[in-house]
Amino acid sequence: MYHYDDFDRAFVAERNAQFRAQVERRLDGSLTEEEFKPLRLMNGVYLQLHAYMLRVAIPYGTISTPQMRVLAELAERWDKGYGHFTTRQNIQYNWPKLVDIPDMLDRLGDVGMHAIQTSGNTIRNVTADHFAGAARDEVADPRPYAELLRQWSTDHPEFQFLPRKFKIAVTGAPNDRAVTRAHDIGLVLRERNGEIGFEVLIGGGLGRTPMIGKTVRDFLPVADLLPYCEAIVSVYNRLGRRDNKYKARIKITVHETGIDEMRRQIEASFAELRPLFDDTAMAALDRIKAQFALPSFLNGPTEIDLSDPVLRSFVDTNVTPHKRDDHAIVTISLKAHGRTPGDASAEQMRVMADLAERYAYGELRISHEQNVILPHVRRGDLAALHAALGAVGLGTANVGLASDIIACPGMDYCALATARSIPVAQQIAMRIDEMGIEHDIGALKIKISGCINACGHHHVGHIGILGLDRAGVENYQITLGGDGTERAAIGERAGPGFAYDEIVPAVERLVLAYLDVREDAGETFLDAYRRLGPAPFKAALYPEEKRDAA
Amino acid sequence: MSRRPFTPKVLTANLLREGDVVYLDATDAWVADLHRAELIEHEARAADRLAFAEAQSSRVVGAYLTDMKAGPNGPEPVHFREGFRATGPSNYPHGKQAGA
Repeated sequence: MYHYDDFDRAFVAERNAQFRAQVERRLDGSLTEEEFKPLRLMNGVYLQLHAYMLRVAIPYGTISTPQMRVLAELAERWDKGYGHFTTRQNIQYNWPKLVDIPDMLDRLGDVGMHAIQTSGNTIRNVTADHFAGAARDEVADPRPYAELLRQWSTDHPEFQFLPRKFKIAVTGAPNDRAVTRAHDIGLVLRERNGEIGFEVLIGGGLGRTPMIGKTVRDFLPVADLLPYCEAIVSVYNRLGRRDNKYKARIKITVHETGIDEMRRQIEASFAELRPLFDDTAMAALDRIKAQFALPSFLNGPTEIDLSDPVLRSFVDTNVTPHKRDDHAIVTISLKAHGRTPGDASAEQMRVMADLAERYAYGELRISHEQNVILPHVRRGDLAALHAALGAVGLGTANVGLASDIIACPGMDYCALATARSIPVAQQIAMRIDEMGIEHDIGALKIKISGCINACGHHHVGHIGILGLDRAGVENYQITLGGDGTERAAIGERAGPGFAYDEIVPAVERLVLAYLDVREDAGETFLDAYRRLGPAPFKAALYPEEKRDAA
Repeated sequence: MSRRPFTPKVLTANLLREGDVVYLDATDAWVADLHRAELIEHEARAADRLAFAEAQSSRVVGAYLTDMKAGPNGPEPVHFREGFRATGPSNYPHGKQAGA
């Protein structure tokens, strides 16, 4: 993985020193909160419901074992012993004291981490396929390009005050695990005539007005990546609306301007910018690529004993084929039934770091689905790894199943939330587990957001749940048929919302209805929804309407 | 157009240094326990208390008035959001409920 050079280290150290001085000036009254707020946000510090929150960037979800141990140290020294992994592959600490945050940032800087541009109207943490470098289906590892984009976008002088935040995702595989179609810029690596390039999508996004991204270039040569992205963001910076924050994302700009006119302006800007970019970036890319070299793989068996049903179940759900037959990609579920999705204790973080060193060549990834990945595990080590994970509550075999729920922090923590997400996720997972039908249900993505901003990606959940405040009472809307993959779709609202104590039974009725109507066990919930449409699912959600109509 | 009648309120904020949720009591002190907060019954008093809080920017951040009702032990939340602020998150025994 990428390791900071002297420039990176000096940049982060200088930024941390600046922020330490800014905190001191805020505390001694030299800075007002109005002056300080944009400064703290530029360094990932929010004021949430109960306390401050620090959001730390994990670029493209790739993290080393020393870094994971420092995340554990932060959780123990300055927080409440845990961290929350987010849908941007970041980690959030929910209880830091403002006076401690400069020390936390310095400690992060020791291992090449920071919180810069994890907030504010800037280009945020660039995300990538969490199986990058290991996936059997990938054209190329997307992380070197994501790192190049990170370096380009960090502290970019033109892009610190965009109309609104800006999110970029990169995938190197045709099976889109990075939700590229729901990003401001989605980059999909393609191979054409032996050359690697990008399909470039713009204008995707979730939130209040969900949109699927549109292709603005179907094949962009790698050498043009930075000037083309600079052209996109420059056009957005110029055209993006600053009069209404709810219409300020590029998805609205694309919608109002039209993709053809956006393309024309982007290409015109690109023609001006391209000559200004010399070969420096490509030379940097070569140096970056060298740091993403695959580990020296050890040979091992391709077939393993799966007679233990518990191990078999884990392998069925949490293990994905690797580009090498004798290795596997292991997803560690942070979704044990009844636990908070995406949370890991300091102890669990340390164990994951230890196991990554023992079994996975020291590599870890964070997925946007709030799980942790060991990308390179010898198949012969799977049984020992599974046993070690189980000892610290990390052996749950539910990846991709109904209890592998994305949930934002919701009103338990977030100042913007309109309802809780976490307890809804906990109760759905517990109920599904009690019913003993989770593995029978099979692939099902439930995603929960505690407000219209959609941090829980509910629009692209097969079952999406949106928590709202209806006249001072929590109320939950259900959407159906969403999909965050290469077949991206925005879920359709099923009907009236449900009260807090009605939402879990409603989801239960949905999954039971699916089991009734599916053609066979091979037809997933989403396939059944696409075949049948919403009618049988709505009938399950609203049985009284069906009765009234009879 | 008729103006919405004033409803009882409490002045709340977060401590600047620590971030903890606090409430303003009748003696100008910032207290952690909602039940000890001043329940403000009159609009003019509410404006005064908000002005006071905003002048305390070296101690607190994000001050605002929020609806509360009188309870047997002091002010009680009207809205569930303030209920969570007064107790803590529902997934861990953290926040104010930790010391209860």
